[in-house]
Amino acid sequence: MDGVEGPQLRHAGLNLSHDPEALEQIESDVFGFWIFLMSDAVLFALLFAIHGTMLGATVGAPGPAETFKIGSAFIETLLLLTSSLTFGLASLALKRHQPWRLVLWLVVTLALGLGFLGMEAHDFATMAGDHATPDRSGFLSAFFVLVGMHGLHVTVGSLWIVVMFVQLATIGRDRQVEVNLIRLSLFWHFLDVIWIAIFSIVYLQGLIR
Amino acid sequence: MSDAGVWHFLLGDLSWGALPFVRAWRDPNLSEIIGAAAGAVVVLGAIAAFALITTLKLWRTLWTEWLTSLDHKKIGIMYIVLAGVMLTRALIEAVLMRTQQALAVNAPGIVGPNHFAQLFTTHGSIMIFFMAMPFLTGLINYVMPLQIGARDMAFPYLNSVGLWLTVGGAGLMMASLVIGEFSTGGWSGYPPYTELSYSGGPGPDYWIWAVSLSSIGNTTVGINVICTIYKLRAPGMTWMRLPLFCWTSLCTAILMIFAMMPLTLATLLLAADRYAGMHFFTNDGGGNMMNYVNLFWLFGHPEVYIVILPSFGVYSEVISAFSSKELYGYTSLVLATAAIAILSFTVWLHHFFTMGQSADVNAAFGIATMAIAVPTGVKIYDWIWTMFRGEVRFTPSMLLSIAFIMTFVLGGFSGIILATPPLDYMLHNTLFLVAHFHNMLIPGTLYGLLAGYMYWFPKAFGFRLNERWGRISVACWVVGFYLAFMPLYVLGAAGMARRTQEVFDPAFRPWLIVALIGALLLGAALASLFWQLFVSIRDRDANRVPVGDPWDARGLEWSVSAPPPEWNFTTIPQVGNRDAFYWRKRNGDAYLPADDYRDIELPKGTACGFVIGIAAAMCSFGLVWRIWWMAILFLLLDVATVIVRSFMRDTTRTVPAATVECVDRLWLAQARAACPVAREFEQCERNKGLAQWTA
Repeated sequence: MDGVEGPQLRHAGLNLSHDPEALEQIESDVFGFWIFLMSDAVLFALLFAIHGTMLGATVGAPGPAETFKIGSAFIETLLLLTSSLTFGLASLALKRHQPWRLVLWLVVTLALGLGFLGMEAHDFATMAGDHATPDRSGFLSAFFVLVGMHGLHVTVGSLWIVVMFVQLATIGRDRQVEVNLIRLSLFWHFLDVIWIAIFSIVYLQGLIR
Repeated sequence: MSDAGVWHFLLGDLSWGALPFVRAWRDPNLSEIIGAAAGAVVVLGAIAAFALITTLKLWRTLWTEWLTSLDHKKIGIMYIVLAGVMLTRALIEAVLMRTQQALAVNAPGIVGPNHFAQLFTTHGSIMIFFMAMPFLTGLINYVMPLQIGARDMAFPYLNSVGLWLTVGGAGLMMASLVIGEFSTGGWSGYPPYTELSYSGGPGPDYWIWAVSLSSIGNTTVGINVICTIYKLRAPGMTWMRLPLFCWTSLCTAILMIFAMMPLTLATLLLAADRYAGMHFFTNDGGGNMMNYVNLFWLFGHPEVYIVILPSFGVYSEVISAFSSKELYGYTSLVLATAAIAILSFTVWLHHFFTMGQSADVNAAFGIATMAIAVPTGVKIYDWIWTMFRGEVRFTPSMLLSIAFIMTFVLGGFSGIILATPPLDYMLHNTLFLVAHFHNMLIPGTLYGLLAGYMYWFPKAFGFRLNERWGRISVACWVVGFYLAFMPLYVLGAAGMARRTQEVFDPAFRPWLIVALIGALLLGAALASLFWQLFVSIRDRDANRVPVGDPWDARGLEWSVSAPPPEWNFTTIPQVGNRDAFYWRKRNGDAYLPADDYRDIELPKGTACGFVIGIAAAMCSFGLVWRIWWMAILFLLLDVATVIVRSFMRDTTRTVPAATVECVDRLWLAQARAACPVAREFEQCERNKGLAQWTA
């Protein structure tokens, strides 16, 4: 694994430059994004807490057992987890300066992300068809906002990938593009972690009850 | 589409009745006329500002030098200007409320119940979100990079976005005076009262979006400040050499990162209830308003320390400088600041002791609340010891600091009373609570921010503020505070509920009149503050301090000219001690030319931040009035601006070494020519910003 070892080792993904001043700048830029993710994590933590207090608030509307489609949620999980792997491969391509592989893995990531979003939209539409809409009960409000907030994040991430394609095509690979790809990878992996929590806490636990 | 349908598409819920002038015309009572007059002041103020800028031909300067600037110093100043405007409005509202209560003893008074409720809601929302927050953010923005030896914040563009989001929120507050009405649900906006079923109309929506914009803006500020302090400190500026104001800024920023999100979420979920018929906090459909209360105070209590900690930092700087002494107990002050920041997340429940949780839970939170008094007490003692045997000068900033120490301790005592759950059951929702939190926030936040404004003003603008008018203002702030709020303790203990529009016990009248006199004095305090500014600008030539160190102060911010060059430091300083500049002066290393002058790269101004903030405000306005095309259009404009900016590469400009050298040598010549001034003469015209010091 070239580029990952040696005395220059810093955060994963940061070994993009050998100029110490540029390295400091990159590190600061990425650190700022970590702080943003921290506040985003607070947002999701609170949404999980609200979901937890709203579990019993079904007031006659469909509850977890009637609404959740575990099969499609499982496939969504697989899609998103795989997309994290492919983004990891894209990050390696970024580090090793392999432009075509970078684009290829980003395309695969985007496809998996869009697949996830499509399935989620289909799930939501099915639920709406079964009269399980967010205005029916506190439980459904909390479910739709928590899962929908994650979906909104994935949508933003997908749009971001598209923007990065355009930047790679028009500007090419400069330091800002590199930094933004590193930030985007953090964002994408973060959403994966959130989804794992959603799958285990919202879907699995909801069906066990 | 029918004719009415077209209008509804274009204008949403807007109608003539939304204008306070029309309402006052249709139903000319005093309350409506006051509302219309307030709206007229906003409109006329905007027209006057527009006309003034046009006649002075300042639009171009304003746009290129200020509105699009990414310079942390200018952004800081703009934040403080915003805070000044909003402080004026909210203080006038406070005087109006005191007038109402003093007059409304068994009488209707001057404003109706709905109008009165809007007054206390806007007063609280503005004072917290659009006075205290922008003021402290402005001070941090201006001072912190100078103190750590940096050329700018870590993310100058994000800095501008944060500013303009806050301005957008403030703009919504102002718009609500002219178009429609504001929420009547108090600054905390508790549902289910603020839900659609009890509060229809645009009021709570204005509140939701104004507060959301402010809280998103503050999240960006938090990210920026943390990253700047972690990553951009000058070489040798280790953690325990950091000026105390930077420590308090850092802790405040960390609190913002964790505490602004609960607020953003609370307002957004309330919006989900109101716009999409969801059931987060409604009475029916399984809603749970306690979720809102917990979310709000998960923000609200850390918020108390977000607004107080920066002032603690200011006091640390001011007391040390005007006592000519090293800050006593630096390490303990740092630890106390961090302890307060952490403890602030463990006490939120004391805002609702009476809402039905068990006595054990209340006891735990009561004890945690009292525990915060310990690190705060440490700080108070440290400041007193800093003054002890120091060469204390009673400048306005110092007077504010001393007034703070005494007044804040009093407020702390009443806090201990409220932190005891059984007593809280007696005093909850009375004026005692109002007296208590004003007793904490006026000295704990406002005095500190004003002290910081007066202390750093000469640094920012190159001339001292008039000390005489400063002292008059301080006297009014202090006496006005005591007269306005001590009676409220009495009234609260006697059982007078807060937010009361009409009073039925004549025994309350004398106390209410004293409180009104206090409020008028506070108004005079603000007026004299503006008069001080006017007089100081008028006499600026006599009071210039171009060398930049008028108080023989200690931090790096005093080591550069006043006002500082755009690049702050000609060379990034090497820091060897705490109070770096103090020791540099004593060691003969101050006011020396650089070894070699280099090109300096600075961020180029951009309109993107401005566009994002204003578009967010327009989008919110569309949401308030259900003008959907407007909301969608400006949301898309926001997204497009963010994306377009990410394509821009020409974002920096280079100041050539020759310019840097020229500016630096000019300043050094001024320093050589200036006569060092001793401490007893620092408030005279002979102070040119060069301090006389003894080794």
